[in-house]
Amino acid sequence: MKVLTANRLVDGEAVWFSAAHRWSETIEGSEIAADKAAEEHLEAIARAATDNNEVVDAALIDVQVVDGGIRPLRLREQIRAAGPTNRVDHGKQARPPVSQAA
Amino acid sequence: MYRYDEFDHEFVKARVAEFADQVERRLAGEITEDQFKPLRLMNGVYLQLHAYMLRVAIPYGTLNSRQLRMLAHIARKYDKGYGHFTTRQNIQYNWPALADVPAILADLASVEMHSIQTSGNCIRNVTADHFSGAAADEVADPRPYAEILRQWSSVHPEFSYLPRKFKIAVTGAERDRAAIKTHDIGLHLKRNEAGELGFAVYVGGGQGRTPMVAKKIRDFLPEADLLSYATAILRVYNLHGRRDNKFKARIKILVHETGAEELTRQVEAEWKSLRDGELKLPEADVRAIAAYFAPPLLPARPEGDEQVKLARLDSRSFSEWLDQNVTTHKNPDYAAVTISLKGIGETPGDASAEQMEAVADIAEKYGFDELRVSHEQNLVLPHVARADLKAVHDALAEIGLATANSGLITDIIACPGLDYCALANARSIPVAQEISQRFASLERQRDIGELKLKISGCINACGHHHVGHIGILGVEKKGTELYQVTLGGSADENTTIGEIVGRGFGPEEITDAIETVVETYLRVRRDSSERFIDTYRRLGAAPFKEALYGSEAKAA
Repeated sequence: MKVLTANRLVDGEAVWFSAAHRWSETIEGSEIAADKAAEEHLEAIARAATDNNEVVDAALIDVQVVDGGIRPLRLREQIRAAGPTNRVDHGKQARPPVSQAA
Repeated sequence: MYRYDEFDHEFVKARVAEFADQVERRLAGEITEDQFKPLRLMNGVYLQLHAYMLRVAIPYGTLNSRQLRMLAHIARKYDKGYGHFTTRQNIQYNWPALADVPAILADLASVEMHSIQTSGNCIRNVTADHFSGAAADEVADPRPYAEILRQWSSVHPEFSYLPRKFKIAVTGAERDRAAIKTHDIGLHLKRNEAGELGFAVYVGGGQGRTPMVAKKIRDFLPEADLLSYATAILRVYNLHGRRDNKFKARIKILVHETGAEELTRQVEAEWKSLRDGELKLPEADVRAIAAYFAPPLLPARPEGDEQVKLARLDSRSFSEWLDQNVTTHKNPDYAAVTISLKGIGETPGDASAEQMEAVADIAEKYGFDELRVSHEQNLVLPHVARADLKAVHDALAEIGLATANSGLITDIIACPGLDYCALANARSIPVAQEISQRFASLERQRDIGELKLKISGCINACGHHHVGHIGILGVEKKGTELYQVTLGGSADENTTIGEIVGRGFGPEEITDAIETVVETYLRVRRDSSERFIDTYRRLGAAPFKEALYGSEAKAA
């Protein structure tokens, strides 16, 4: 399973492409690609969002669904989705638990 | 310290305007990321995991209080209220918005600062001994030469697109506190038998995936020839350095593949045609630059000795701080103070805006308005009257910056690692934090004595692990973090590259492994005067391997 992530051009904020088809500041609610066709669809969205200068460094990342939540497989992406582990008062983890849409 | 002249002001101002225009065009979609990326990097703007990162140059680590206050202001206004001091004597902000960077650069320019050449394949910020101008053991202040190199290398047309980045460090003392042998060019300022100033020139040091100790290619270069000789080195590198493979592009590889002797011959041949040309430094110009770095007028304060003696009896924490964080000054009434940014369990090198402002106040009140950033990620007050040491200590204690651990095991260098860095494979900071907590007892730290522990979160080695007495390198193995331990490195006048001791350790094991290494040292050292590095050099890795791996080590 994969989701699409990037950094927003204007401020560098880590964002994920949501099932509601917009860039969200949290990984929850991301559009999940479960097969090749869905991945290609996300790749096309990544190219378009890069071309129209919404985001940079767009990439598909591997995830799994744990207890109904989306969890990246790689530690790097877990840290991007939560924030730095040395400063839990910074990054997404510092926000109120309710998902904040971009 | 150096003050911008009209040319400098105009140059930096023009650069801010140029980058503001580039950012505007990028945000308007007029240029692509591929076009913009090299431009933003030339202005110190990286994209990291969570946000952009802005690296601001602090030339040769020298600051005044006005500049430090501006760094605090930027941290508060545009970032999350803190900054991160780095191993290259710079400061990094971890959370700026791209749209705010032009405003940040304009604020920096107002206090004669910038972020030019803090990235890219050019000559980077020139670093220097953090005790320059204060150290009792220095021949002369090396910073005027660092400033001359800065002026020469800023947007140098010939050297703005080198095969790879290029770092120069300068020391003015026999005891190398600037790690010159781990730089592309290391300069050791000294006097010859006739009493003239000049440099021993080292070339080809570096860390990263292929660590190398720099080779001395000239024992004495007259000061007037600094720029012609540097040009000769850069020309040989620019011509022959590899551009086909990023990992083999640093000058250390060229030196290694060409051989120091042949490379020296090429440099000297190039230099022949340059040395009597326009690059010869006029004596008057050198002295004019040096005048900017003249030490402040230090009034006699002979009462310091008595006051320090009394305060020492009165306060154990002051006494410990005095032993650890206060360094001998060339003026006996004064001292240089290391402000540790390594509070127990804290992130190495981080300082809050409030701490920066308080330190700026202290520098202004007690330190002749002078500050330094060390490559060990601490701050330094280079000139403090011994009579004021107690007041400085107390003021630092109020803001949590009187940790008496300079040079001890908790004075850890750590790169940002996987918590921030897009290149990292493993975290560094939490490892540093856990080790710091494990060795929190100052009594225990002092018993262990001088121990340089350095941690990198990837092979690029920003955390200098290769030259740590104990080095830790984080790698990714099968999707998890693994930490390799190296022993016996050092980054002083006897620079050595540490050796990997054996298989790596998981995140849950690494602190125990470090403790095992330290306990082994305590068991096998001759006595408390034999430092960790001396014990390692005497005995080698065997006792440490045995302690870490037991029968496994014997079988190997």
